[in-house]
Amino acid sequence: MTDASNNGGPMLAADGTPLKKSLARALRLQKMRALALIAPLLIFVLLSFIFPIASMLFRSVENGMVAQTLPMTVVELQSWDAETGDLPEEAVYTAFVTDMVAAIDAKEHTKLGTRLNYEQTGMSSLFRKSGRKIKKLDPATDGPFKEQLIEIDKKFGDVQTWAVIKTHSVEITNGYFLNAIDMQRTPEGAQAQPEDKRILIKLFQRTLIMSMIITISCIMLGYPVAWILANLPARTANVLMILVLLPFWTSLLVRTSAWKVMLQQQGVINEVLVWVGLVADDARLVMINNQFGTVVAMTHILLPFMILPMYSVMQTIQPTYLRAAKSMGATNWTAFWRVYFPLSVPGIGAGSILVFILSIGYYITPEIVGGTKGVFISNRIAYHISSSLNWGLAAALGTILLGVVLLLYWAYDKIVGIDNVKLG
Amino acid sequence: MKTKLTALAVTTALVAPAAIADEMTIVSWGGAYSKSQLRAYHEPYSEKTGVTIINDDSSSGAVAKLRAMNEANNVTWDVVDVVAADAIRLCDEGLAMEIDADSMLAAAPDGTSASEDFGDLLVSDCFIPQIVYSTTFGYRTDLVGDTAPSSICDVFDTAAYPGKRSLEKNPINNMEWALLCDGVAKDAVYDVLATPEGQDQALAKLDTIKDNVIWWSAGADTPQLLADGEVVMGSTYNGRLFSVIEEQKQPVAMLWDAQVFDLDGWIIPTGLSEERQARALDYIMFATDTQRLADQAKYISYGPARKSSAPLVGQHADLGIDMAPHMPTDPENAKNTFLYNYEFWADYRDDIDAKFQAWLAK
Repeated sequence: MTDASNNGGPMLAADGTPLKKSLARALRLQKMRALALIAPLLIFVLLSFIFPIASMLFRSVENGMVAQTLPMTVVELQSWDAETGDLPEEAVYTAFVTDMVAAIDAKEHTKLGTRLNYEQTGMSSLFRKSGRKIKKLDPATDGPFKEQLIEIDKKFGDVQTWAVIKTHSVEITNGYFLNAIDMQRTPEGAQAQPEDKRILIKLFQRTLIMSMIITISCIMLGYPVAWILANLPARTANVLMILVLLPFWTSLLVRTSAWKVMLQQQGVINEVLVWVGLVADDARLVMINNQFGTVVAMTHILLPFMILPMYSVMQTIQPTYLRAAKSMGATNWTAFWRVYFPLSVPGIGAGSILVFILSIGYYITPEIVGGTKGVFISNRIAYHISSSLNWGLAAALGTILLGVVLLLYWAYDKIVGIDNVKLG
Repeated sequence: MKTKLTALAVTTALVAPAAIADEMTIVSWGGAYSKSQLRAYHEPYSEKTGVTIINDDSSSGAVAKLRAMNEANNVTWDVVDVVAADAIRLCDEGLAMEIDADSMLAAAPDGTSASEDFGDLLVSDCFIPQIVYSTTFGYRTDLVGDTAPSSICDVFDTAAYPGKRSLEKNPINNMEWALLCDGVAKDAVYDVLATPEGQDQALAKLDTIKDNVIWWSAGADTPQLLADGEVVMGSTYNGRLFSVIEEQKQPVAMLWDAQVFDLDGWIIPTGLSEERQARALDYIMFATDTQRLADQAKYISYGPARKSSAPLVGQHADLGIDMAPHMPTDPENAKNTFLYNYEFWADYRDDIDAKFQAWLAK
């Protein structure tokens, strides 16, 4: 049945074990050694990168709080239908008081109030205020509670309050994602937010469009610079390279604030224009606190990320190619467009991906110079992380952003080909 | 790998106890404000107890950071300076320790209990008030023409006072001022603002000056914009304006009309070891007594939160000017004031902020 039996027994290694086994062991050892060598990095990446990102992403759907804080209420609410317009039965109120007394003991009720306040304004103070009174009730003896609770706060007599609790009692929710695309989770299913609260989709679009504008301006400004650097003698190029790298060594905030000084209405550029007489004193140009300011400042900040990959790709393009093209009758333009430019495309691709992805997640520069029309979706994410503490929504927005980037990366791979990207 | 992990564990184990030595980390806002706390509270406290105080200027992101620290079970801050609204949020989230004013804070020199001395300013169970500050407007005296603005509604009057204004890039205060200047009575403002129609009304009023507004997000923005002449008037914290006017001698004056009072104070995070918590409480007891609160007013123009401190407010330590007239609570400045409603904003902030941002983006 095997080759080995035909040859009169398995082939043996020097120590007497079958060769196949011995080889497998040697290979396994080698693999283990390789794994041990990369293990520090692997564990580092896993602990400091993959794990935090995964847990942050999980927050966008995780919603155990209602069910954990009000376990009995949630069960009792199962049989209640908000659409009937009737208040829940006494059983729900009794369960609610029992749950609340336990929650108040553990100081969880205000947390729940904050959570539900994201969905229904007023829940935060409802839980905080009524908690002080419900604390004094004894679930075993003080019933019935329906009247008492409505007495404590008339919101307990509002169907909407119970509908919100029921709607958001699922352990895994799509609510944050719906919020992230200007919709909301309601008892009747997903619905659009009221028009005057729709902002996030608009910000996503704006982030993408402006990132694209910034990427294009980086290409326009960076390409000639990279070309000059690549075609100068090495020594001069190195000196000029310092100028490109210099911004890297300056704080991001300093560079952004410098643009403020330059672009504001009493700023350097306007002063010069007025002094020269190109602009009237009472009609100074508005160049900051708008999209223009954001594009200018971010183009400046991200330019090195475009120039460096283009430069290293252009360095590898032989000048003889251009000469050859010209010797065969090509004009300067044709030689550039048909020979040099296609060869430099991998550099543009690498630079564009870098700049675009960096700018999509930019936060501090738009915040400082963006005014009202130049802010990005990241500013909203920052608001929900640090001010409203709605980390679920922030996580959903972040997940969508990550999805969009991956989608664009995939599209880029299909159209241009990712193996066509070179960093040098 | 195992040895490596053990080594890592050993290093962390060695590093951790060192932090508990005679050191405490106090978090505040940085700048002139932290300096005033350093001179009024930290230095005397270190002298008295030998505890080294480490300053961390992280108050602006304190709520989120405290939550993250709490989730990681590694709270590295001992005492945190936050505004009252943040204290309420931290208290709700269970991230700040509840304080019993009478047993944990010093009584006034005349024996008045702490809870009475602070009075209404104890807006949350976890909050230890320190100063009263106000958000008000400053204007450029040389850019407003012959009649200086005297009413909050001059901010909305672009005909009489052309030029840009700076307002904070969030709905708080702006919505209230807009309603006040749209004919809503002062004590009805929050009732009106609680309705969608009221919110629309406020935004419609703000719409009339939207093209003339530069929106700020850092307290230092308006002073800088005023100094540059980018705006003719702008809202910010009164202490910032004090520094522009008295320390930098810029041609700026204050419009105290309809200033909005707010509170800033301390919280002690939950999840501290007993030893650290005891020390934090000891610090708080010291730093919020009557004399210490009055001392802080020597370095910055914010009013002490205790009633008993007010008579002790003296002169600025470096400038030598009387500080009382620069306090937001001074009768001359406080003719028309507006009280920030914490309960209201705790409920409505997310809702109104979404509308406000949508309106801004329009």
